[in-house]
Amino acid sequence: MGDYIVLAISCILINNILLAQYLGQCPFMGTSKKMETAVGMAMAVIFVLVMAGLITWMVNTYILVTFGLEYLRTIAFILVIASLVQFVEMFLKKSIPALYAGLGIFLPLITTNCAVMGACLININEEYTFMQALVASFSYAVGFGLALILFAGVRERIILGRVPKPLQDTSIALVTAGVLSLTFFAFRGMV
Amino acid sequence: MAKTLVQEFTKGLWNEIPPFRLVLGLCPTLAVTKSVESGIGMGLATTFVLVCSNVLVSLLRNVIPPKVRIACFIIVIATFVTVVELVMQAYAYPLFLTLGIFIPLIVVNCIVLGRSEAFASKNNLIRSTADGLGIGTGFTLSLGALGGVRELLGYGTLLGKDIMPASFEPFSFAIEAPGAFICLGLMLCIMNLIGSK
Repeated sequence: MGDYIVLAISCILINNILLAQYLGQCPFMGTSKKMETAVGMAMAVIFVLVMAGLITWMVNTYILVTFGLEYLRTIAFILVIASLVQFVEMFLKKSIPALYAGLGIFLPLITTNCAVMGACLININEEYTFMQALVASFSYAVGFGLALILFAGVRERIILGRVPKPLQDTSIALVTAGVLSLTFFAFRGMV
Repeated sequence: MAKTLVQEFTKGLWNEIPPFRLVLGLCPTLAVTKSVESGIGMGLATTFVLVCSNVLVSLLRNVIPPKVRIACFIIVIATFVTVVELVMQAYAYPLFLTLGIFIPLIVVNCIVLGRSEAFASKNNLIRSTADGLGIGTGFTLSLGALGGVRELLGYGTLLGKDIMPASFEPFSFAIEAPGAFICLGLMLCIMNLIGSK
């Protein structure tokens, strides 16, 4: 049990997927201008990343490794993720319309969110067991949500400040992300 | 509409240079630019995938049904990424290790899918090739430049050669994650300054 807690902390804070592993930058910059969109994206990622992490783990262990097809991993994973996203979208639309409306356009965008694919690949490269992959996927997704929501909070304040013209928009956002990343850097000594 | 081929190529070098003007493909930009060499390696790998997928998508643009086009584009791109992965593993193993999971992640690089969707699916073969080459070259140059800045500050070297005076203290902040964000942000700021004049 203790191992899982250490794994969770290291995935959420120390190896934060956005600020330390550099994955998922496009939604990080794209959906962090408003708090609402940031929360929507964070929820959608938690939902899809956990499912994708488990399914790709099973596909890799039971199909690719069994038949010696590891070189097809990239294609297999992207297909799994793309069809999973489609399936989740259809399922939510039919059965939980409120959640579907809440996630809105963020769901299809997740297909090209490299945080999802990246976390799945990390699970395989680190040779996690099924339970470890579950904990790691969930923790990566929570870390993604945490960083995205924090960043959105900061960005909402930046709009009110007076930023020099050349620094405006993406430029100041990147510098802010750097400072945020520096704070997460401080967690390194924890585990 | 009547842009010449040269214009299709050169727009990728300044007006639409990724990742500065088109804010896409930030993940590899931040992650692999610890040195000039890995930045350019990543740029070239992406360029290869970009040109090949642009060519194939452009050839198939009348065959692919519009409803499932995104899925088709992704399969085309994933195929070429696998090719790059296997070739690199065989002939450039050290680079393959440095770039790590960012090679398979070219599949989800928004630049590649973005060009297939926005350009290659509407334009003919020659134009699409020029577009892929232009954007790819721009991306490689950007990664090389960012890699240069970070390598110079972080290790005091350029392409592995010492060029800073001996009294220079390497500034390891530049090669860590926070430095990546801040260097890219400031470079974007400088580009905006030049562009606004």
